[in-house]
Amino acid sequence: MVGCVFSTATHAALADTWAADVLALGASDVNEQVRAVNRIARRGGTEAIALLEALNDTSLQIDSTGAAYRKRSSGGVVPIGPHSPMPPKPPIMAPVIDNELRRALEMTLATLRLTSPDSRVRRRAAEEIARQPNDSLAPVVRQMLVSERDVHVRRALALSLAWVDVESLDPSVRIKALLAIADSPGTAFKPAVERILSQTEHRKPVEVDAQVRAAASKALSAIRWLETWTNLLSNLFYGLSLGSVLLLISLGLTITFGLMRVINMAHGELLMIGAYATYVVQQLFLKYLPNHSDWYLVAAVPAAFFAAAIVGTIVERLVLRFLHGRPLETLLATWGVSLVLIQVVRQLFGAQNVTVANPAWLSGGIELFAGFVLTFNRAAVILFSLAVVSFVWFVLSRTNLGLQVRAVTQNRDMAASMGIATHRVDGWTFAMGAGVAGLGGVALSQLGNVGPELGQGYIIDAFMVVVLGGVGNLAGTFAGAMGLGIATKWAEPVVGAVLGKIVILVLIILFIQRRPQGLFALKGRAVEV
Amino acid sequence: MQASSSNQVHRSSHRLEPVLSKAGWLAFCSLLTIACVVVPILHAALPTSSALQIPTYAVTILGKFACFAMAAIAMDLLWGYAGVLSLGQGVFFALGAYAMGMNLMLSIGSSGVYRSKLPDFMVFLDLKTLPWFWRPFDSFWFAIFAALAVPGTLAFLFGYFSFRSRIRGVYFSIISQAATYALMLLFFRNETGLGGNNGLTDFKNIYGYSLQSDATKVALYILSAAGMCGVYILARWVTTSKAGRVLRAIRDQEARVPFTGYNVVHFKVFAFTLSAMVCGLAGALYVPQVGIINPGELQPANSIEMAIWTAVGGRGTLVGGALGAWLVNAAKSWFTVVLPEWWLYILGTLFIAVTLFFPRGIIGVFARSKA
Repeated sequence: MVGCVFSTATHAALADTWAADVLALGASDVNEQVRAVNRIARRGGTEAIALLEALNDTSLQIDSTGAAYRKRSSGGVVPIGPHSPMPPKPPIMAPVIDNELRRALEMTLATLRLTSPDSRVRRRAAEEIARQPNDSLAPVVRQMLVSERDVHVRRALALSLAWVDVESLDPSVRIKALLAIADSPGTAFKPAVERILSQTEHRKPVEVDAQVRAAASKALSAIRWLETWTNLLSNLFYGLSLGSVLLLISLGLTITFGLMRVINMAHGELLMIGAYATYVVQQLFLKYLPNHSDWYLVAAVPAAFFAAAIVGTIVERLVLRFLHGRPLETLLATWGVSLVLIQVVRQLFGAQNVTVANPAWLSGGIELFAGFVLTFNRAAVILFSLAVVSFVWFVLSRTNLGLQVRAVTQNRDMAASMGIATHRVDGWTFAMGAGVAGLGGVALSQLGNVGPELGQGYIIDAFMVVVLGGVGNLAGTFAGAMGLGIATKWAEPVVGAVLGKIVILVLIILFIQRRPQGLFALKGRAVEV
Repeated sequence: MQASSSNQVHRSSHRLEPVLSKAGWLAFCSLLTIACVVVPILHAALPTSSALQIPTYAVTILGKFACFAMAAIAMDLLWGYAGVLSLGQGVFFALGAYAMGMNLMLSIGSSGVYRSKLPDFMVFLDLKTLPWFWRPFDSFWFAIFAALAVPGTLAFLFGYFSFRSRIRGVYFSIISQAATYALMLLFFRNETGLGGNNGLTDFKNIYGYSLQSDATKVALYILSAAGMCGVYILARWVTTSKAGRVLRAIRDQEARVPFTGYNVVHFKVFAFTLSAMVCGLAGALYVPQVGIINPGELQPANSIEMAIWTAVGGRGTLVGGALGAWLVNAAKSWFTVVLPEWWLYILGTLFIAVTLFFPRGIIGVFARSKA
């Protein structure tokens, strides 16, 4: 803020030298570039940091008046600092940086950021430096460590020095470095620490100093502990996200298979239709609302629900209505339906996969700690599946339709004689199951390829979840999906993806031996149908 | 008719019906003659210019259909009589095919692309010696034995554990389909040692005869046609026996059968195992005629298609299964060439129409019109 007032006060004079320095960054002579970097660095402030950072990651663009801009990866530019009016005046150039400039720039930028008055900037800079060994920055870091007060920054600085200091000739420096590693462990340090603990050919320890060895084993156990937790957490996260996908693909099936006793082999194709509905909505947004195209996903949710529900209703009216109480026949008929749907989609959209892009707010992720990235699309799938489950649970247990559905499930004839229009309930139930499958399709479109055969790959998993969970049981489906997801992610690293699938299948069959009715058995006479 | 059948019952206390009626035997024998004698003569004796001459490729296609018909009869035996809809019949078919394919692969000897004694794909995968489970397949007769025994054993184990825990109806269908899918994934792996993605192909000889020669192709066709007829008689023999009656009882009212003193699990396992072995035999005859076997054959879709052959022809009739296999596959051969984008519509509609309007299939329609 102060800088801002100051800059408007002496606008012309300052802007001149600023612009001149910025223009000098684009010079073809390296020495002149380095001098410009140093002049800008002496000026200091967030604007200088932003400028040099952009130069460092080659996203800097300079227009003819010396105004600086950062090129965004998604296209377009953003101005750097208040002296850069939009739009930039052509011709625009992008400065070329060679290794010499890069070294100078790195050093200057590190110093600049580490002396920033904002402790968050300092901490981020220190953590970035600590990520990999960097001998040339060590003197700067050492100097900063003397005057640094903030405990987090100090820790990160000490860690970045540890890269260099574990190789030091002085045992006490080595111990200090190892203790810094033990203090904030990272898997990147593992090879260096293991080297210290290794033995020579003559079974003599490489490291002669016992105290250093003790510090090293402390560091190693800290790293191992971190690794265990990272593995555990990422297995859990990926398992939960796989479980959520399984939940989304099988939830519709629980409704149609579990409640209506319809073996809907076209369920996978309803997922596929949901995914294609997402694609169509995306294309419509790109065409008519290109500025809001990131929000297509929000509109795709109801679109996919209704698209799949409408197709489901048509199938129910034309085919399933006549096959009541003949589950094997519904299996074959709906398989036929699935073949027809695949071919229709193939002819409408082509046999190739279509691209459904993640919106910007779903791409990327945050690194919770070293080695564990929480990706936004997977996190969103988990939340989305919970929302869908709540929706289905609400409909089934809190609405009039749900009451009727449960009545028909338990005893169709009795429900009919109580005045429930069972055919109408069937229609609504199937439409809802199909619509929920469409919602699953929205989620799948964000995680993988969208093509006509999308559904074929999921149908078997969906049935496994329903069989495992116990038919027609929301809680069972939930537990089955999550259990299957987490079990798969645990089994995969041990035995491989394919064998993992086979092992899980064998386990399901063995499980059904013990509990033929699934995890949560329905009680009462309805069981032996 | 009536008199002769009661006469049969009198003579054999184990058989409740004759395997075939007199008219049936007559029809069967004439069909067998046409398939195994007339067709080869039409192929070999007539000049190629004649309209009635059957070209070699057509003979091979007929042989292929005969193998499919065998699988369909096996499906009907299980589904039409025991009421068990297995969606894994394609696995047994493929296992039989792989067993035979392994023998054919080894009989290539060192005339493959790499001039190695090992099959080409093993050279490609940098294997130095033959994996242990490949060794016995040097013998043709062991391959035949394995084509029956491997599917049979798998079916026995899978069936025993499933039926024992009362997995039935659609549950069995779904589980068998999932198992099929898992096995397909297994066969796609190179590490499984069966050629991975590409499967087994480039066969040269079978039992010392060249697969390229016309005579071998016709001989394979005759074997397949005779096999189909033999399997039919075998299936009739089972279904007309007391065991066949028990199987039908299980199909119609499974819960009551145990009260009459029969063990449902034994009968179902028997039907499942027999059906799997027949499928394995069909696969073993199929592979030398098409010249390739790969994991694509294990796709769940193929197994479901076998169900529709049976359903189209008419379930619980045996003849219907064979008829359906011929008709559906003839239609498939024709459509996939002439109107490829329409074939899935036709097949899909067939699935829907048969279940909705012709639950008893073509045979059922004829039987009704006769009555």
